[in-house]
Amino acid sequence: MIAGISIYEILTVTSMLFFIGIYGFITRKNLISVLISIELILNASVVNFVVINKYLYPDMLQGLIFSIFIIAVAAAETALAVSIIINLYRQISSVEVKDTEIMKY
Amino acid sequence: MEKYIFYILSAIIIVFALASVSSRKMLRSVIYLLFVLCGIAGIYFLIDYNFLAAIQLTVYAGGIVVLIIFSVLLVHHIEMELEMVKMPRKILTVLLCVLGLGVFLYTIYNNDFNVVENYITTNTSDIGTKLLSYDSGGFILPFEVISLLLLASMIGAIVIAKGRNLNDKNNG
Repeated sequence: MIAGISIYEILTVTSMLFFIGIYGFITRKNLISVLISIELILNASVVNFVVINKYLYPDMLQGLIFSIFIIAVAAAETALAVSIIINLYRQISSVEVKDTEIMKY
Repeated sequence: MEKYIFYILSAIIIVFALASVSSRKMLRSVIYLLFVLCGIAGIYFLIDYNFLAAIQLTVYAGGIVVLIIFSVLLVHHIEMELEMVKMPRKILTVLLCVLGLGVFLYTIYNNDFNVVENYITTNTSDIGTKLLSYDSGGFILPFEVISLLLLASMIGAIVIAKGRNLNDKNNG
């Protein structure tokens, strides 16, 4: 744990990061910006897992391992989202949220 | 000393996260995200999870940010400015976010966490043993499922990004 820092301060920082991500998710009009906001939200949750593991249950490793899994899932999700965005740009020449209104299948 | 480093890191994280969701230039927004991720890796270093910090730097800062930069460069002109939502809707969203943050902070500060004072360092071999152990509390099954998920998403990404060409070749 960090000397002189209580768990409340770290949780404050991560909840601020989470709500900044939600603000970006709602106000941005571009698919890639929405992806960036999702990364912010996921990172806030990962820091929460790690900090709660370290401060409350220091002899366990569950939070650490779950955060590794979250990072792996986030990497897979980003790769898929980027490929979908590139395919969409080839078909309709736009990556704005308001233009993506048809699904083929 | 660690206290001031933590305050500096959290200031970096919050300021660059705000810049990242409010910048109108696409590429700058991605670079601000990179600063946020590096700040979070610094927090992992501070609480002695060196392996997780290394993962954060390689997977996020090395992989995901480069992937997003590639997609920005393929899809946009570099200096293109984004269109933003109208002002009333933005203010409404800010109000909702501040309200939610208030609820979160109220709940957090009213909860007693029984914090255990400790300075244990976990080394990487502990994490590896835990990930691959068959005993109760081991994580071998999720580990394998994650590897399958990565394989499936890799194949899916190739098929989707290749798009129409692959389908035509298959059909014809």
